[in-house]
Amino acid sequence: MARAAVSGRLGGRLTWRGARLVESRDETAAARTLMFEVPDWPGHLAGQHVDVRLSAEDGYQAVRSYSLAAPADGDRIALSVQRVPDGEVSPYLTQDFAVGDSVELRGPLGGWFVWRPAERDPVLLVAGGSGIVPLMAMVRARRVTGSRVPFRLIYSVRSPADLYYADELRVPQPGDGGLDVAYVFTREAPDGHSRPTGRIAVADINNGGWPPEFEPNCFVCGPTGFVEIVADILVALGHDPRRVKTERFGPTGG
Amino acid sequence: MTELYEDGNALAGPLGEIFAVDVTVAIQRCAHCGRTGPVAALRVYRHAPGLVARCPGCDGVVLRLVRTPDAAFLDLTGALNLRIPLEA
Repeated sequence: MARAAVSGRLGGRLTWRGARLVESRDETAAARTLMFEVPDWPGHLAGQHVDVRLSAEDGYQAVRSYSLAAPADGDRIALSVQRVPDGEVSPYLTQDFAVGDSVELRGPLGGWFVWRPAERDPVLLVAGGSGIVPLMAMVRARRVTGSRVPFRLIYSVRSPADLYYADELRVPQPGDGGLDVAYVFTREAPDGHSRPTGRIAVADINNGGWPPEFEPNCFVCGPTGFVEIVADILVALGHDPRRVKTERFGPTGG
Repeated sequence: MTELYEDGNALAGPLGEIFAVDVTVAIQRCAHCGRTGPVAALRVYRHAPGLVARCPGCDGVVLRLVRTPDAAFLDLTGALNLRIPLEA
């Protein structure tokens, strides 16, 4: 269960913690979910991230940010990592990193792009590709806390093979009543999918989202260009820019 | 690729090394155009030697952070002020 604490700080200062891989599974051909055991994990909010640090024997260090994919289960946390070709960190984490291996991480981080189960406003989640990860954490937090807040998720991916959490989203889980999921396939759609393939557009947000009068909290996560387009559409449709929170994946992922 | 940026959310870890509170939820006022908004919504560029956060309104530099092995250099001349929420 999610715990309420949000501070990742010991004695007021953010510290690096050891984290040991206890389980992993493939989400797609290029993405893997990693379950870590982190002693004394303080709990986190859906939408928060961690920084992961790898150190080479010569002292070289690389740090990357990854979103937490689910509420904490005691001292266990989940990250879903997309493999970036030629990346420094993600190929290691998704291919070579094995159960029992350790990294350092710090967090939970970021108190702005978060959803709190006590909030009552409807929620719109718009994910582009691996941007689903922090939004899935919100879906899962809603489920485990028994929240009845209406959620709508619009999930844009290239093809069905690129869907993270495909089974979990296709078959409504106990507690997922009030969660609607709409898909946007940009290159290749499954048989029977009525929407033609193509980039996300006004009609997708209009049909799969909430009217602005409902004053939903909107969370948009994905590559920079995707987030720009979706945020612009939401504001053009009349949503208050202060209710449109974004998290862009920059150029250095990897 | 140099046009790509991240959100100020990405500053939470680097700033968390320095401050005891989460500065990304603070509301900053841009010294160039006067726009206000959360630090989390600044545009963060990593291709500089360090992190450069720009105003989403005018593109002016609001914050620069360079980390060396034994120090952090933080330049906030582009922020007129920060409103940092604290627990009552």
